[in-house]
Amino acid sequence: MAHANPTGWKRWVFSTNHKDIGVMYLWFAFIAGMIGFGMSGIIRMELMNPGVNFIPDLFGMTEQQARHMFNVLTTGHGLIMVFFMVMPALIGGFGNYFVPLMIGAPDMAFPRMNNISFWLMPPAFILLLLSTFVEGPVGQNGFGGGWTAYAPLSTTGHPGPSMDLAIFSLHVAGASSIMGAINYITTIFNMRAPGMTIHKMPLFSWSILITAFLLVLSLPVLAGAITMLLTDRNFGTTFFDPAGGGDPILFQHLFWFFGHPEVYIMILPAFGIVSHIVSTFSKKPIFGYLGMAYAMAAIGFIGFVVWAHHMYTVGLDVDTKAYFVAATMVIAVPTGVKIFSWIATMWGGSLRFTVPMLYAIAFILLFTLGGVTGVVLSNAGADVALHDTYYVVAHFHYVLSLGAVFAIFAGLYYWMGKMSGKEYPNFLANVQFWITFIGVNLIFFPQHFLGLQGMPRRYVDYPDAFAQWNWVSSIGYLVTLVGVLLFIVVMGITLSRKKTLGNNQWGEGANTLEWTLSSPPPFHQFNELPEIK
Amino acid sequence: MTDVAQKNSRVATIVVGVVVGMIGLAYASVPLYDLFCKVTGYGGTTQRAALFDAQATDRDMKVRFAANVHRDMPWEFSPEQVSQKLKVGEQGLAYYEVFNPTSKTITGTATYNVTPHKAGEYFAKIECFCFTEQTLKPGERMMMPVVYFIDPLIEEDRNLNEVTEVTLSYTFFVIDDEKVETVTGR
Repeated sequence: MAHANPTGWKRWVFSTNHKDIGVMYLWFAFIAGMIGFGMSGIIRMELMNPGVNFIPDLFGMTEQQARHMFNVLTTGHGLIMVFFMVMPALIGGFGNYFVPLMIGAPDMAFPRMNNISFWLMPPAFILLLLSTFVEGPVGQNGFGGGWTAYAPLSTTGHPGPSMDLAIFSLHVAGASSIMGAINYITTIFNMRAPGMTIHKMPLFSWSILITAFLLVLSLPVLAGAITMLLTDRNFGTTFFDPAGGGDPILFQHLFWFFGHPEVYIMILPAFGIVSHIVSTFSKKPIFGYLGMAYAMAAIGFIGFVVWAHHMYTVGLDVDTKAYFVAATMVIAVPTGVKIFSWIATMWGGSLRFTVPMLYAIAFILLFTLGGVTGVVLSNAGADVALHDTYYVVAHFHYVLSLGAVFAIFAGLYYWMGKMSGKEYPNFLANVQFWITFIGVNLIFFPQHFLGLQGMPRRYVDYPDAFAQWNWVSSIGYLVTLVGVLLFIVVMGITLSRKKTLGNNQWGEGANTLEWTLSSPPPFHQFNELPEIK
Repeated sequence: MTDVAQKNSRVATIVVGVVVGMIGLAYASVPLYDLFCKVTGYGGTTQRAALFDAQATDRDMKVRFAANVHRDMPWEFSPEQVSQKLKVGEQGLAYYEVFNPTSKTITGTATYNVTPHKAGEYFAKIECFCFTEQTLKPGERMMMPVVYFIDPLIEEDRNLNEVTEVTLSYTFFVIDDEKVETVTGR
């Protein structure tokens, strides 16, 4: 079978090469991430001081319009970061690039479907951006109902076409993710190199396999729920409209049946990446390999039966709440297995504090912190007080913004040399890590205090009592902004360098299959399948 | 190679089947959820009893009555009595009044629940205007009865020990095809 080496624009637009598609996913996630990060900047600058001042000045609008604009920005920030930054980077980007390399496959099982998966993402993203420029509620532009899009605010509350565009955007992005998931499951089941049994497979491949299953089981439910929203809005159905016998709470059940597995979809690949990095820079195989793999499977499974812990305030009866509290706390067990196994891997290891290792250790620290506040929130009693406060915002940003995103940074520094053959500037990268680490903690740690004091989320303004910690939080954003700009500089310097790296930049400890190939890997690898002993 | 391709398409077909199945499940959840609410009294859904066959107990219960209309519904709707006191297991009779002040014939239907929600399981209605659609001619006024009782099984549920008062609430909606511009006035 002859293999083509296409060049120019055809190489990318018509690409069926898993590495090229992975790189395109990473660039896409980078662009979307910058837009989402910019949105959070406007949010933080608005919240820096009491009163509604920054958004009216920035966009030249009235205070009333600014209030809606703030909601549009928080909605957009959430949707972009979830669907167009974290998922494309971790699953589409690293997944595409490294799963075939790690399992010794020449490419993905369905290379052309892989191409469609990627090229559905830009149209989905454009639809979402367009939705902010057309009418949402009467007389105002954009959808401001939060990423959860609860009915009835997303049905009768936003009669304009903005919500419809957002729904289409999620449909397209969802179709892309489902096709990606089919591809990963097929690839990992059928295309492992001879000798690579499922119990010898690297943990990152494990994490992508479990993530793919979660996607296949949960995304169709979201697709169904938002299709019901769409027909409720446009075709007179009453799934969520009490006038016709529907129930808006049903939307919340459907949404969170998707939404809770979705948070594990975002964090499991991060677990996989961190396992590789911790093992590499401890020069030890990961502690409790099988336990690590099945802990991820357990987290994925339990993730499907805890959804109503997002809904403690809708009027669940006390027995139902008791179940969801208990089931939610159970998740801390396999998660604890992972945390302790990472620590056990480092214990007595020959540690090297490279930049990816710093990010991985920071991930473990910050994810644990976010997990602890998660256990607090899992208590229905405590949650009634903390529901929709900044405590929740701090919690999920610690596990996602400081967890998943730190894993993306870690993965980038770990594999940048493999993907490009070029070395990153070590000193600047260290500086970048420390600035980002300080910045994000400065943003989100004070938000615990704000939440415990009762500051609700999704408001453009707050009483003066909350001013000080909000100011600190916004200063944290500015520090993080420096970190992100420095990240762009570091990556720019890296890419402008010459290719100097050999097969294995990290030496002993990095022993998965991708390190047996040149850096960057050849356009087509493993024409002769490697044997795994 | 064709062998691998065959295996691949088999796995892909199974996964596509799972995806389709999950979409189906999302839609199946609509009637299932409805059924679930009716059976368990979830979210304050009241029970419907064919006939009254309960024994009154000693426990006092105060039932309050609330009436609401959807913003598109022009009817005036109010309970005839603010509250009633009765024993658990005793049959109660309450009236609601509804008035159509417009010059149109309007058909409406009422949704209902009780708070606290956990009492829904034990609030049984034998006769209710909410079981059917109601049609009012222009200017028509109507008294509508509700026949109900509190199920004595409530005594056995310790989660409801502190409940001495339940509120029965109705909301009237316009039936969709009757919705005309003059009615909504928007």
